[in-house]
This record gives sequence, structure tokens and C-alpha cells, in this order.
Amino acid sequence: MSSTTAREATESHLSQAEIEQLSHPKKSSKVLIGMIASYVGMGLIVLYCIIPFYWMIVSSLRLPNEGRSTELIPSPASVDNFKAVFSAGNNFGRSLINSLIISGITTALTLLLGIVAAYALARLRFRGKSAVLWLIMACSMFPLIILIPPLLKMFSSTEPFGWFPYWVNTYQAVILPSLSFGLPLAVWNLTAFFRQLPVELEQAAMVDGCTPGVAFRKVILPLAAPGVFTTAIIVFIGAWNEYLVALTFLQDPNRQTATVAISKFTGVTGFDTPYGTIMAAGVIVTVPLLIAVLLFQRRIVAGLTAGGVK
Amino acid sequence: MATATQVDSRSVADSGDGHKRKKNALSDGQGRLAWILLAPTLLVIVVVAGIPVVMSIRESLFTTNSGVDPNTGLIAAGEKFTGLKNFTDIFAGQDTVTGSYGTMGRFVNAFLNTTFLTIVCVVLETVLGVMMALIMAKAFRGRGVVRAGILVPWAIPTIVSALMWKLIFDEAGVMNRILGSQILWLADTGSSFWAIVIADVWKTAPFIGLLTLAGLQTIPAEVYEAAKVDGATAWQQFTRITLPMVKPTLVVAVLFRTLDTLRMFDLPYGMIGAGKYRVETLSIFAYQEATQNRYGPAAAYAIILFLYVLLVAYLFVRLLGADVIGDSAPAKKRKRRRGEPDAKSAELPALETMGGAH
Repeated sequence: MSSTTAREATESHLSQAEIEQLSHPKKSSKVLIGMIASYVGMGLIVLYCIIPFYWMIVSSLRLPNEGRSTELIPSPASVDNFKAVFSAGNNFGRSLINSLIISGITTALTLLLGIVAAYALARLRFRGKSAVLWLIMACSMFPLIILIPPLLKMFSSTEPFGWFPYWVNTYQAVILPSLSFGLPLAVWNLTAFFRQLPVELEQAAMVDGCTPGVAFRKVILPLAAPGVFTTAIIVFIGAWNEYLVALTFLQDPNRQTATVAISKFTGVTGFDTPYGTIMAAGVIVTVPLLIAVLLFQRRIVAGLTAGGVK
Repeated sequence: MATATQVDSRSVADSGDGHKRKKNALSDGQGRLAWILLAPTLLVIVVVAGIPVVMSIRESLFTTNSGVDPNTGLIAAGEKFTGLKNFTDIFAGQDTVTGSYGTMGRFVNAFLNTTFLTIVCVVLETVLGVMMALIMAKAFRGRGVVRAGILVPWAIPTIVSALMWKLIFDEAGVMNRILGSQILWLADTGSSFWAIVIADVWKTAPFIGLLTLAGLQTIPAEVYEAAKVDGATAWQQFTRITLPMVKPTLVVAVLFRTLDTLRMFDLPYGMIGAGKYRVETLSIFAYQEATQNRYGPAAAYAIILFLYVLLVAYLFVRLLGADVIGDSAPAKKRKRRRGEPDAKSAELPALETMGGAH
């Protein structure tokens, strides 16, 4: 009796090993090599993307006078650079607030206008729709620099724009031009999301007595919330990263956005580039975005590729 | 996307074709409602984009007065109409600089820099991006990690990445240490060009990879199986199946990357600096002129860049886009000829790339 159990045990043990072997379906060595190669390839992609960023983080954690050091690991590690970023002379805290205000308002305005426009484009039939789509597309194509000469002249009240209020160093001077690239993006993105939602939902609501507006607000908008949210993140990141317009119109250090402030960091002597401080500021500006991006990566990728796969 | 539009509008139409055709909240008065809803957006676009473009054209025909006015003895102010002088001055041979392509007008130099930067960057980005997409498409596990990694370069502000690469390419920096060289990357040498190419490719190749991956995932596995049965090699599968089928996605992604690179500003400005003629792009040149109160020439250069961008976009749609649709969907092609030619092929894919644009 006991011997049979033992035999059974060995048998089952053997068969377990077999099962283990079988559970990995027989692969030719070619397939195996392919798999290894794909993992190696993926590792390389990740390294490719991460290493320069790693260098930024490492450089920010060195002692301030070792900005150019090429040691792979900072020794000794120090957060002095991060303290230096917020030293009074840099106005960096203020610039972060400015960035938040400008990006926040840009995002809010963009969404407000974009949702309404996207609803019309996704749901309504009307003449000239393709012309509108084309116009919005073209708006995202043209180079931002073309806005700079006339707007700079206008906002600085240079003749013949003496009548125009002096807008240099105001938030609106940056927010308005930023709409020109935020809005097309938002309209496209939201149109794609609204189109994915079945029109029957609205129709059902309307049969139940809702007006189209109410049906949209109570039925479609809540369902499209993920799309709206994704659009908000993408637009916000775009506005947060904007540099050219902010550089042109915000010269007062108290009004500068974070991206402009970083590019204007100077060392104590004024000749030596304070790399450590710059890298620390770069990390501070980037990390909130990275956290948001990593948390919502699925949605962001979906948002970025929504149109491409259809 | 073009089809999606049509299908959508058709389905709306069909639902209106039923018994409640005459009174239908979905279709009655849609035109007016649509224009009311679109009005704010269109107004903003006209105000923040349309008017400045028109003003730019006006600006490009004027020159800011400078020096001392001989009549009054005061420093001259205001501006005067000079017609196309700002444009013809480009070829007048003044303001010559020495860049990578010999001594020439500063505008021509910037134009060549912009063109070559764009060509080199976009080609490298596309090749690397497609390779990345192929690798990711093969992956069984760990795609999430790769995707997270790929979004890192995308999320870093361009100006921050410019400064990051400035540190890496510093004379005593880590790049020279790795290469064991003493290259002066940042000193406005021929190497500066390649430093910018590397930095730009780093930031955008993963992005192209991400978009191409989305395109790859729509190719049904059966197609590959059939090809295998017919004895196609891996290379044949790539060139005969994969490339043609991701082409619509890829072409639009590449188009927008091209337009984006043509207007490149942050990267050379942050990394190498202004007034460095080997890497001065048209955007930087126009910016420099505008901030020195030379609004007329700045506007003229920006307009030329704008026309250049339009031309490139047109060529892309005509040469590459038309082919795509001609191959894959003859029905669409017919519609396309009748209707709006450009909006369709570039309709929604546009949004994908716009996220990476700024």
C-alpha cells in the first residue's frame, strides 16, 4: 500500500516535472532567441529613455560646486541644489505659481471652448464642417513664431498700436497665444472621444424629454469624463512646457513662468553655469508631470493615439 | 477617421430617416446650433491666430525707422512702408554670416540649418521610432513599463531637456567622457548640429514609436499567418505587410514631426544659445530680430517659414497621403477628390502628434 503511494508520489512528481515542461510549449530555439531579443530590445528602449533623465537627477543631487562632475553616483549626495533653487535671487517659487496660473487658466479656457465645439463637430450635421475641421487643423500647423512679431509690437504698445494696453508681463499675453495651440488639440481629442460614445444614449434621453443640451450635459459629458480628463492633462502639459511665448512676453522676473526662469538661472559669479541648480529646478518642474503621466499613462497613450488607429 | 466621420453622420441621418423624420431634435436646426456652439472657438482662433497672421503680413511690408531723422534732428521713431524690401533684402547679400555651409546671408544660413536639421532629425526619429514599435509589438509582458519609460522624454519640457543635454554635452561633461574625446559640442561647431540632433531624436523617437505601435496593433495576426504559410521571410513581411499597413499612421506622425522640427526653437536656443550661426534656425533668427525691434524683417522671415511649412504639408499630403488612400481604399479616394482633399487624410491623426508638439 505504502509502496504504491510512494510510486504514485514519484509518478506525480515526475509528471509534475513533465507538466512544467509541457506548460512551456515547445519552442524552437529561434522563438526563444526572438523572445530574449525582444526583452533585450525593450530594456534598451527603457534605458534609452531613462538614462539622460537619470543624469539630470544625479546631477541635481551633487554638491553645488560639482555641477559638471561625471561620477555616476553623487558622492556625497546633497540636496543643497534644491535649496539653492528656492533661494531668493532665483524667484523660482514665484515662477512655479505663475506657471500654474497660466497653464491652469489656459487648460480651463481650452476645455470650456473645446467641449462645446467638439460636441458640435461630433454630433451635429451642418454645412462647412470640413472647412471648420481644416481651419482648426491648419491652426495647429503654423509656426508659433509668426505670432511673435505682431503680438510683441501690439502688447508693448509700439506705434501704430499706441492705443493697445501695455500687456508685456501680463498673464493674458501668454494665455491668449497659448490657446492657439491648445484649442485645436482639445477640439480634436474631444471630438474623437464624443464620437466613440453611441448616439443612441442621447436619443434615449431625448425620447425621455431632455433637450439636446441637457442630454449632452447629463448623459454624454459624464461618460466622456475620461476623455475630458485626458485632454486636460495633455493641454496642461503643453501649456506648462511652453517656452517661446513666455520668453518673449514675460520679462519681469516676478511674472516669469518656470521654464523661462530655469533658462535664466545664473551662477553667483554670473559666468559659471550653475548646472546643479538648473538640474534641480528641472527635476522640480518635471517630476509632477511625470507622476501624472505615469499614473494616467494608459489614458494618455489612448488620448495621444486615438485618431491614429482608426 | 474620414470614414468614422462619414459613418457617424450617416448613422445620425439614418436615425432621422425613420418615422420621426419631420420633427427631430437631432437634426432640426442643427446648422444654426452648430455654428452657435462653434462660434466661441472660431472667434478665439481668428483673434489669436488669424489676426496676428494678417498683421504679420502687414508688418513684413514695413521697416522700423532707426537712426536720426535728418529733418528734425531727433531720434527717428515709428515705421515706414517699404514694400517687399524686407523680402528682397534676404538676397541682397548684406548681413552675411559664416555657418556650416560657408559664408552667406544670415537668412539663407538659418534656412539651410532648419532644413537639414529637419531632414536628419525626422529620418533618424522615424527609423528609431519604427524599430521601437516593432520591439514593443513583439513583447508579451512588460509593455506597461516600456510605455511608462517612453513617456518620460515626452513629458520633460523641451527647454529643460535642452539644458539637460547641455550639461551632458559640456566640454567636461559625461558625453566626452564616454567617448573619450574633447569635442566642443556647445561652442557653435559642426558638432553642435549633431548634439541637437541627438537631443531631438531622444525626445521624439519614442513618441513616433508609440504612435506606430498603435498602428501596428490594428494589423490582424491572420495576415502574417497567411504570409508565413506562403513562405514570406521576415523582411518580406515587414516591407510588404507591416510598412504598408502602418503607413497611414506613420505618414501623419512624420508629417507633424516634420512641421514641428521646422519651427524648432527651444532646443538650439537653450542648448547652444542665440546667435550661433551653425545651429540658428529660422524661428530663432526671427525671434532675435523681433526682440531687437526689427519687426518688419522678423515678420518677413516668419511668413517665409509659414509658407515653407505649408508647402511641406502640401507635399506630404499630395505625395504620400494620396498614395496611401489610392492603395488601400479606392472608394475613399473618389470621395476625397470631390470633397476636402486635405482635411481628410490628416483629419484626426493630427491630434496624436499635437500632444508632443510643444
